[in-house]
Amino acid sequence: MSGPMKMRATLAAGYTDVRVLMTHPMTTAQSNQPLHFIQSVTVKQNGRTVVEAQISQAVSRNPVFTFRLKGGAKGDKIEVSWLDNKGESNKIEASVA
Amino acid sequence: MRVLTFALALAAPLVLAEPSARHVEEIHVRDFHTKGIVKREAVAQDGILRICTITNDRPPAALAQVLEADQLKTIPFPAGSLMGDWKRGENIAQSGRGMTWTDPAGTPNGGSCYNCHQLAAKEISFGTLGPTLLAFGKKRGSGADVQKYVYGKIYNAKAYNACSQMPRLGWSGTLTEQQIRDLVAYLLDPASPVNQ
Amino acid sequence: MRLLVSLVCALPLAAFAQDAKKEIEKYQQMLGEGSPAELWEVQGEELWKKPQGPKKASLERCDLGLGPGKVAGAYARLPRYFKDTDKVQDLESRLVTCMTELQGRSPKEATQRVFGNADRPAEMEYLVAYIVGQSRGHKMAVPNSHPKERAAYELGKKVFFYRAGTWDFSCASCHGETDKRIRMQDLPVLSEREGAQKAYTTWPAYRVSNSQLKTMQWRINDCYRQMRYPEPEFASEATIALTHFMAVTANGAPYRGPGTKR
Repeated sequence: MSGPMKMRATLAAGYTDVRVLMTHPMTTAQSNQPLHFIQSVTVKQNGRTVVEAQISQAVSRNPVFTFRLKGGAKGDKIEVSWLDNKGESNKIEASVA
Repeated sequence: MRVLTFALALAAPLVLAEPSARHVEEIHVRDFHTKGIVKREAVAQDGILRICTITNDRPPAALAQVLEADQLKTIPFPAGSLMGDWKRGENIAQSGRGMTWTDPAGTPNGGSCYNCHQLAAKEISFGTLGPTLLAFGKKRGSGADVQKYVYGKIYNAKAYNACSQMPRLGWSGTLTEQQIRDLVAYLLDPASPVNQ
Repeated sequence: MRLLVSLVCALPLAAFAQDAKKEIEKYQQMLGEGSPAELWEVQGEELWKKPQGPKKASLERCDLGLGPGKVAGAYARLPRYFKDTDKVQDLESRLVTCMTELQGRSPKEATQRVFGNADRPAEMEYLVAYIVGQSRGHKMAVPNSHPKERAAYELGKKVFFYRAGTWDFSCASCHGETDKRIRMQDLPVLSEREGAQKAYTTWPAYRVSNSQLKTMQWRINDCYRQMRYPEPEFASEATIALTHFMAVTANGAPYRGPGTKR
């Protein structure tokens, strides 16, 4: 578990707008330090996996991810979790506003 | 006498609210400290900067002429040609290195020219704080007079415009004689990208 | 074929530069809609509530000008005069006062590491992000009536136009004329209402290129570094006066921070 995550999920016309902020150093092969970066991000809508993203070192420190999910309704449970190359993980849950 | 007292009474609050130029300088000397290669003394003003500050960079014409003549005396114009190598000059114009408290002593400084000026047409990342220098040599030729003007301007811009915002790059020890020569070539050499 | 290629490559530079400006604006809009700065606010709130120092106290009784513990809208009214210290203070110096008075920490310890880095942000940066975030949307209403506030304003104005340093710069050298830029960075006129409102309401800010939350004291510090000046003391009278001058000039605009910058 590392620094905090923050998420906002809001209903728009025909889709759900999701914004996630993640704290992560995303240390790449360009630095002298050991590699430490998020490898996968999973998004679940009401318990069902809707996005599985493979992330690479090209993503910068403290990533900001924005998704659009088709459809959705107010009160839907959105869960976003990440797993990094060291086996560390974090997740956050929010209801669609 | 009554009128004078009245006028003074009106002026007093205004005068008291505004700190004096000397007080402002004292506060700077007190509140800044030496770091890296930049000494605390750098925050004290020399005569010309004191005058420029007090006159909002617009000193009366007669005074400006005296100040400019003074500054001109500080320029050691080298003997012979003032044109160096424009290829080196381009690197110097692009480089913003040097003279800050995070710069190590002894590393070659840049002129930071592109921070404020447009120079070569192909470079779109240029500032607009100073006038454009596009096709500078093409417009003015590269004779001895023009070379001298460009060299002098880079060494001490205040010799030509008393309260210029342009740093005194030679006088401050930022650029060497050779570096300024190379910049002269960058501006005036017909082969330079500035004149394409 | 070669002719076609050269025609295609000869894009008018003016159009190219204009496209660059549009892309920069689009990027800035994106940054405004979801920023890592919010993560600093979350951690700042935790630090605000954390008991620390010999007195094992949190900062929750800290008076930022609206009364002990009142945080909402406080930043939009700073810098200001404080009776207990008998001086005009900005947010950062006021936080140091609260750390020493409420928590019993030494001034040396509290100011030991005020600027952090990407690997280890400073406590001050988290706290600043939290406090300024609580003024989001509040109208700037920095007081300028107490004699010491007026004196700070006048001194700040003089500091803004004071020419010195190895390169003869004042703040006005770069921030004194409208529609100027340094390289590709637009320069707001900070001594006038429009420019001050535009700039002051989006600092402190998260700097994407550094991955760090940068405070106002840092912003002033780094300006002086680039101006080829020696270093200003943290929370010195000169820097607080300068901040007060710019903040008062920005009055009336809604505070939008913390911002997100390149």
